[in-house]
Amino acid sequence: MTLTAISSNLLYIAFFAYLIATFVFGGAVKGNKKGSFNSEQRWGKVAITITVIGFLAHLGYFFTRWVVSGHAPLSNMFEFTTAFGMTLVGGFIILYSLYKTPVLGMVVLPVALLIIAYASMFPNEISPLIPALQTNWLAIHVSTVVIAEGILAMSAAAGLIYLLKVVDLSKKSKQRFWLEGILYFLVLVVGFVISSSYFTLTNYETTFQYVNKDGQEATIIYNMPPIFGMNESVPLTEDTMTPLAETPPLVDASKLTTVTWSLLVGTVLYVLIRLIVRRRIVQLIQPLMKSVNIQLMDEINYRAVIIGFPIFTLGALVFAMIWAQITWSRFWGWDPKEVWALVTWLFYAAYLHLRLGKGWQGEKSAWLGVIGFAIIMFNLIVVNLIIAGLHSYA
Amino acid sequence: MENLQCQCGHVNPLGTKLCESCGRSLTDKEQNSKLVDMRYEGTARRSQTYNKSIIDKIWNFFSSVKVGVSIIVILLVAAALGTILPQQAFVPANTEATIKAYYADTYGSVGRVYHFLGFHDLYSSYWFIALVGMLAISLVIASLDRFVPLYNSLKNQRVLRHPSFMEKQRVYAQGPGADDTLQKTEAKLKELKYKVRTDKNGLLAEKGRFSRWGPYVNHIGLIIFLVGVMLRMIPGFYVDETLWIREGETRAIPEVPGYSLENVKFALETYTGEGEEARFGEALDRVGTVAKNYQTDIVLYQAPNNSLPGETDNLEVVKEYPIRVNQPLKFDGYAIYQMDYKLNELKTMTFALTDQETEESLGELTIDLIDPNESYELKNGSTVKLLGYYPNFSGFENGEPQTASPLPDNPGFLVKMTTPATPQGETSFITIQNTIEPFGPNQYKLTFQNAEMRNVSGLTVRKDSTLPILGLGGLIFMIGVAQGMYFNHRRFWLQQTDSGDILLAGHTNKNWFGLKKDLDQVSAYASLPAYTDQQEETEKEGEPQS
Ligand code: HEM
Repeated sequence: MTLTAISSNLLYIAFFAYLIATFVFGGAVKGNKKGSFNSEQRWGKVAITITVIGFLAHLGYFFTRWVVSGHAPLSNMFEFTTAFGMTLVGGFIILYSLYKTPVLGMVVLPVALLIIAYASMFPNEISPLIPALQTNWLAIHVSTVVIAEGILAMSAAAGLIYLLKVVDLSKKSKQRFWLEGILYFLVLVVGFVISSSYFTLTNYETTFQYVNKDGQEATIIYNMPPIFGMNESVPLTEDTMTPLAETPPLVDASKLTTVTWSLLVGTVLYVLIRLIVRRRIVQLIQPLMKSVNIQLMDEINYRAVIIGFPIFTLGALVFAMIWAQITWSRFWGWDPKEVWALVTWLFYAAYLHLRLGKGWQGEKSAWLGVIGFAIIMFNLIVVNLIIAGLHSYA
Repeated sequence: MENLQCQCGHVNPLGTKLCESCGRSLTDKEQNSKLVDMRYEGTARRSQTYNKSIIDKIWNFFSSVKVGVSIIVILLVAAALGTILPQQAFVPANTEATIKAYYADTYGSVGRVYHFLGFHDLYSSYWFIALVGMLAISLVIASLDRFVPLYNSLKNQRVLRHPSFMEKQRVYAQGPGADDTLQKTEAKLKELKYKVRTDKNGLLAEKGRFSRWGPYVNHIGLIIFLVGVMLRMIPGFYVDETLWIREGETRAIPEVPGYSLENVKFALETYTGEGEEARFGEALDRVGTVAKNYQTDIVLYQAPNNSLPGETDNLEVVKEYPIRVNQPLKFDGYAIYQMDYKLNELKTMTFALTDQETEESLGELTIDLIDPNESYELKNGSTVKLLGYYPNFSGFENGEPQTASPLPDNPGFLVKMTTPATPQGETSFITIQNTIEPFGPNQYKLTFQNAEMRNVSGLTVRKDSTLPILGLGGLIFMIGVAQGMYFNHRRFWLQQTDSGDILLAGHTNKNWFGLKKDLDQVSAYASLPAYTDQQEETEKEGEPQS
């Protein structure tokens, strides 16, 4: 087996370990009916062991890939996102060793699974570095950022658990709506993974020619049946589906098509789940939260930010500025990625200051923790794929 | 000035919530609450005490955390809005009118609105800068408002506090003790690296007080950073120039007196996917070519001290260096970066003067496209006179040829050819593909032979004397956050009454989990009464909150 193959197999091992651990953690939490912590702790121990094995495999993937490619594997969407999944699990393992909370594993691991699955929808071949990335500051900056984001995400996980426990689901409220919204979003990610995998496995590809915004001819490749077509597009592939609608020249119809397919598949999946269980997904999960100590969740929520904030500052601002100064001659250039790092940082600064006031602990902090994670995900998905794409230099 | 006298006799400044000496609650609100508000130790803060003059009002406005957070939130929302469409610096237009047109043409009505609201140049707009200024003011005032009283009160802490103060701490215990409880507690706390002071029947143990200064340290770091950013507006602190330089050229470096730079060679390397790079083969197949290196080999020259400005003879070689991305040339506080390039710019064009019928040549002439001659002498007294040169020919306007730029991208020449056979001369207009004979058919023409090309390197010349200040600000900020976040200020108060009962209270500014772990160890060793977390108690009574 080549090292490259070993590397990707290790990632598979990590994935399946997390998958199994999720269920064992779930079992630990569910089995704990009486609220006695003995059985929970026993199963929790099994689950954390499996998680740690998965994590070691994940680290193994990371470092073998580093050896093969000759640079820290943090240079494209696939690599960055899998590393983020890794630090997420790492953050959880640290918290588990402090607080022994299986319920946290039950929430963090599925999210890590989704993130790794999402990552593997991107091209995963080992790619060479363009000149700007050929510096150790790349590894230093990006690794610090993913570690920080992994820790900050724990704040969201604890916040989510807090909310799942305290939000009253028996009557209509904004809280109930948004909480279900979070879960719906997670199902949409599953929708993306399913539709992407399906069309990749069936080797779907079709090409269109269109007139771009400068009035010139260009081609666009779809990896899913084109729902949206570009400006004046003409198929180059035979027997392909005719796009249902045309987008303005500025919008990337191929990406929009991918998003739409994910939305469709995800929504169908969500509706199916609702029809089968005849309840909101939150209602399905809430009973598992019975013996959660919400004070502890609030503490974890806050501590994750306290630990993550300085690391995030160091990675996303200080190291980023040093790198930018060396590479682009200026430490700051207001490009969208930089701005969103600043936005994330300001958000957590606001969180810390709000926390100074009494009324902001507990449920409000829990929402803030979840919103922080949403900003991080927005950064990862929307800013990388859509906003940066709108800018001609990207 | 009015003052507040506590029952214990201590005279507190107006606005104090908890007596500085004994800790009794002084306000009705404090007296009625179950737990004391330990933030800033219940001291009198200026902003909570005075609200009369306009200065008081401004002070109070900026010292409010609500206001501070609002500023932060407005800034973050504004910053995010600025990323919806590219900022003007990134669009291919550079005058007011063309920028406006660009947004309207490219992004339609959204672009028009975006431009109208000024979001296309958001980060240097006055209101954005004003917000950052308000953030800075708020930082300073809020910090002063809190730091001074907090510092004083922590410095002057008494060991013995009134029981009402202890009862209202979040971690509290009461119960019987033994004769040696105080000594054992003290010993264990010392082992846990607490600083312990005793007074009569009481004890105060404290650890990590310095972490309380963390926020103030980090705010100072931020202020230093912002000052550094402002300094770059002062001339001399900051240089940002672009230098396009062709292979073989030597140019004076803009804004860097006395120095010139020669571009010996510019090279662009791409990944081949072979040998060592075979591991990238798959990726290269998918995306096509990927750049591996941009490099300008340069020679840096310095004019001798006594030379005239602009003089280019007698230059002294300072350094030969390959400038690459991530490896700028550094000298004398300046740095030169590889930023851009243009491959294969035309350097010279060679033509032959030929008879259109016989194709007989009267010789060749080579035109330097940057610095062309006025006329060229050929065989037998023939000459070619350059009447007009249009480096980037863009068409005719009122019969006059036009050039779009001074760069030789599409050269056009208006020439007059004089030969022994045509002594009056013949006029011709030549571009790369085309020859126009404006006054009727000519006998002679210029036939294109060949062209020489070269690369042009785009460099950025930079000096930024504010970097050390920014670095210092960043360092202080990082020290401050680490100090405030990775350490906590933990305190325990313990008193033994005459009857032997123990009163114990604990407080920390962060990480109650850690405080309780410490307390568990002390309790086990000194057999302290069991404590309760009174906040958890109150929450259990009222849960769930929504
Ligand atoms: C981007 C700007 C800012 C950053 C990064 C920042 C950072 C911080 C940090 C990290 C802390 C420590 C929080 C904790 O320990 O929980 C803090 C505390 C604090 N900040 Fe800021 N701050 C900023 C702006 C402001 C502003 C504008 C105000 C004005 C009201 C302010 C007022 C305070 C106060 C009152 C504290 C608490 C001090 C204490 O507990 O003794 N900060 N700040």
